[in-house]
Amino acid sequence: MSHHIVQADNLHYTYPDGTIGLDNINFKIHHGESVALVGSNGAGKSTLLLHLIGCLIPTKGDIRIGDYPLNKKNLKAVRRSTGMVFQDPDDQLFMPTVFDDVAFGLINLGVPESEIENQVIKALEIVGVPHLAKRSPHKLSGGEKRAVAIATVIATMPDILIMDEPSSNLDPASRRRLINLLKTFTHTKIIATHDLDMALEICERTIVLNKGDIIADGNTKELFHNEKLLAMSGLEKPLTMQGLR
Amino acid sequence: MGNLQNNLFDIFYMDTLAYSKTWIHSLDPRAKVLTTLLFVGIVVSFGKYEISILIPFMLYPVVMITWANLPIIYLIKKMVLLMPFAFFIGIFNPLIDRDIILKINLTFISLIDIARFIDLTKFIEIMGLQNSTGVIEISGGWLSFFSIMIRFSLTVSAALILICTTGFDSICLALQKFRVPGPFIVQLMFLYRYMFVLIDEASRMVRARSLRTFDVDSKMRFSLFVPMIGQLLLRTLDRAQRIHLAMCCRGFDGHIQMIRKMKFGVSEVLFILGWSSVFIIFRLYNIPFNLGIFISKLY
Repeated sequence: MSHHIVQADNLHYTYPDGTIGLDNINFKIHHGESVALVGSNGAGKSTLLLHLIGCLIPTKGDIRIGDYPLNKKNLKAVRRSTGMVFQDPDDQLFMPTVFDDVAFGLINLGVPESEIENQVIKALEIVGVPHLAKRSPHKLSGGEKRAVAIATVIATMPDILIMDEPSSNLDPASRRRLINLLKTFTHTKIIATHDLDMALEICERTIVLNKGDIIADGNTKELFHNEKLLAMSGLEKPLTMQGLR
Repeated sequence: MGNLQNNLFDIFYMDTLAYSKTWIHSLDPRAKVLTTLLFVGIVVSFGKYEISILIPFMLYPVVMITWANLPIIYLIKKMVLLMPFAFFIGIFNPLIDRDIILKINLTFISLIDIARFIDLTKFIEIMGLQNSTGVIEISGGWLSFFSIMIRFSLTVSAALILICTTGFDSICLALQKFRVPGPFIVQLMFLYRYMFVLIDEASRMVRARSLRTFDVDSKMRFSLFVPMIGQLLLRTLDRAQRIHLAMCCRGFDGHIQMIRKMKFGVSEVLFILGWSSVFIIFRLYNIPFNLGIFISKLY
């Protein structure tokens, strides 16, 4: 199955103010792979993610998502196959009720009305919160918001799941639930995170970014053993590997 | 900051009320929106000096509050909070419009009795109404001022009752069904959804400031207030951009559709017909005036 690959070739991005966001990024992520994107603050993780969903257009270089090269023409098709979970669930949950929010993407995809309710409930069941369907997003707890945000994305059954700091601001129990949930997903996953312990559990592959450049790309465990690399990219060995957990 | 967050919880409460289970709550939102619009339309359609003819319209909020089991004290508090807006709109009328258009003859024995009973004379003195030889003369300005206040109370209470019995999202949905333009609905929905986030954001900023001023009671300086408002605007713009991205990621094309089961049945038709006929009767016949004539004929 090669049709869910995510590929970046010689990707460059310079912000309008002249700051270099990405500098010569190359990678190829295959179907079903879980990839962690790590690096210090400002290393370019979020910038890269925004490129993958076509919110930023590269200054130079190409991105291919599945069968499509990413350009304005293919944007709709690309967004159909990718689902992005934003860092702040409040940005993602904009409808009056949880049900409407999960249904939003489905309606835009043209799913018939009779099927929408089933699919919404199914998505909410997957993330374990079917009881929240009628609630307003602003009344949910942080963990519940995150679960619903994930449901809004998986409801449309994307092939590629892109997440920006999914475990930030979660209490340990919610974080654990999230990790267990992500482990069950067979989607291609690209997760930008500072939570290296989570990356260690979910992602077999890690890409380390530093100042907009990829400085390492390989097996998560091996990379996290490399203390010099971690120090260079503003990171620290995961607590589990330090024997602290 | 306390106030900000208290208000937030207050709005939460209004939201909770909308989920009650009375028959008024279960009516189709379109019926309630239509009735409220009709009510507001008719109340504002009277001339600017009308007061007595507006009184019977109090029936609508009173009956609705009773049927929907709404907490009246809470609603009154909300209205008092908004009262200054209407007050300042109307308060200059007595200064501008000084023509005397109403004279009440207090020499009429029963009126003097009433005046003594409720201490009307003192009231007249305080309000600055002219009192010469037992005749109260009321200027057009005062009449229009009271008319504005009564209209304000009626229309705002109707709007509050609508929100408390229907919920903001259902109102938006009803407006959508009435073919109100999409961008307008989106604006309304987002205003409501992100009001909570904005208040939260603002209260975090105010808290951060107060924790670093060390003086609990210190008032915010204007020079600090301006950059904070600017900062809030920048954060809002940033967030708006992120929300737009999130929407685009899920296929937003300028229209928001919601799926709700709505049923416009017999009870909805009866609700609209019942109230609209009451409103029309109140509009066409000055009931207090006719009642007054009827009573004075009796004696």
